[in-house]
Amino acid sequence: MKVRVRYFGAIAEQTGRNEEVLDLTAVGFMVQDVKSFCLEKYSLSDAESLQLAVNQELNKEGELSDGDEVAFLPPFAGG
Amino acid sequence: MLFYHLLPGDEMNDNLRYSRQIKLPEVGTEGQEKIGKAKVLIVGMGGLGCPAAQYLAAAGVGTLGLMDHDQVDATNLHRQILYGTADIGKAKAETAREKLQHQNEKISFKTYNQGLTIENALEIINDYDIIMDGTDNLQSKYLINDACLLAGKPWVYASIYKYEGQLSVFNYKKGPSYRCLFPKIPQADISCEATGVIGVLPGILGTYQAAEVLKIILGIGQVLSGQLKIIHTLTMQEQTITFKRDEKQVQEVLQRDLRQETNHCQLKDLNQLYLDVREAHEQPKPEQEVLKIPMPQLQQRYREIPQDKAVHVFCQSGIRSSQAIQFLQEKYGFKNLINVEGGIQSLLK
Repeated sequence: MKVRVRYFGAIAEQTGRNEEVLDLTAVGFMVQDVKSFCLEKYSLSDAESLQLAVNQELNKEGELSDGDEVAFLPPFAGG
Repeated sequence: MLFYHLLPGDEMNDNLRYSRQIKLPEVGTEGQEKIGKAKVLIVGMGGLGCPAAQYLAAAGVGTLGLMDHDQVDATNLHRQILYGTADIGKAKAETAREKLQHQNEKISFKTYNQGLTIENALEIINDYDIIMDGTDNLQSKYLINDACLLAGKPWVYASIYKYEGQLSVFNYKKGPSYRCLFPKIPQADISCEATGVIGVLPGILGTYQAAEVLKIILGIGQVLSGQLKIIHTLTMQEQTITFKRDEKQVQEVLQRDLRQETNHCQLKDLNQLYLDVREAHEQPKPEQEVLKIPMPQLQQRYREIPQDKAVHVFCQSGIRSSQAIQFLQEKYGFKNLINVEGGIQSLLK
C-alpha cells in the first residue's frame, strides 16, 4: 500500500524533495495520517495555511488507496 | 495602390490592426467589439502585470486600469519588462501607461499611483469588468478576493515562488473564491525580494493570466475556474488541482465589510533587542514587543533607540534597515546597530 506524495513551493524546500513514495502500513491509511506524518518528519511550519489534495482534488478526506497521489500545497505570495 | 499595412497611427484601420485575431472564428468582428468594450483592472504592475498589460493592450482591450503604489527599482528590471534603466525612481503605473500607450494609442488607460486598500477597493473595482491580480503579497490577494466577491466581479489570480507559479480564476460565474482554496492566511509572507525569482516565471504566468482575461471577455474555451494550475519551470511539469466553492467561506465575506488581513509571526530569538523600521501597515507583524520606528520618523524619534546594547535593525528585505543604520550612524553616532541582512523572514521561528 503505497502513495506518492508531492511537495510544492516552500514545502518542497523544507522537505528537500519534490516527491516521495510513502508506505501506508508504516504511516497510517487516512489522509490526515499522511499529513501528520509529514508535518512531523520534516518539522513543517505554518501547517494551518497548507492545503492537501488527493489525486488532484482538494480537501479529500478519508482513507487512501494504493497508488493515490497526495499533494502538499502552500499558497504562493510573489508577483 | 495603397499599402494599408504600412500606414501608421490613425490611418491604420482597426480591422487591419486586429485582423489576425479577428480571423479566428471564435473571435471575429463581434469578439473584437467585446474586447474593445472591455474594462480590465490590473492590480500591481510588477512581474505579472507588465507582460499581461502588454498583451491586453495589443489585443485592443478598451480600457486598461493600471494600479501600483510603487516606483521602479533597479532590482525590478530583470523581470518587470516594461521598465528600463532610465525609469528607476519613476511611478510604475504612470511609466507603464506611457509605454503601453505608445504600443497601442487606440485604447484608454486609467492609472492609479496607489495601492488597493479597504477604503478604495470597492469603488475602483466597481468600474471594471475583470480584475487581474499582479500583486506580490497575500494581504492584497485576500483583499482583491473579498472586494471582487462583494462587487460580483471575476478575478484572474497568479502567484509565483522562485521557479514555480500558481494560476486560477476566482469568482467566475459563481465559481469558487480564493478563500475556498486557501481559507487561512499563512504566518510568513514570502515575497520575491526575500526569496529570489527567475525573471521569466512571472512572464509565463502573466501571459497565462492575459489569456484567461481574453477568454472571459470573449466567452470562449474553458476558463480556469475551480482549478489551480501549478507550473514548475525547472521540470516543465504542470499539475492541475480541482477544488469546489465553499459556501461558508463565501457567505462570511458577503456578510461582513472588507477587512485588513494580518499575519502575526513569532521571532526566533527573544533575547535580542529589535528595531522594526517598516511602515505600520507592513506584514508580518511580530507577536513579541519590538521597537517600531518607521524610516521617515527616525529623525524625530532616534532618542528612543538604546545606545548601550546591541540593537538588531530589520525591515522587509534588509535594504531599508541598512539605510536606516547608515543614517543613524552618520547623523547621531550610533555604534551598536546590527543589520538583519535577510529581513524579517530570516528572524522567524
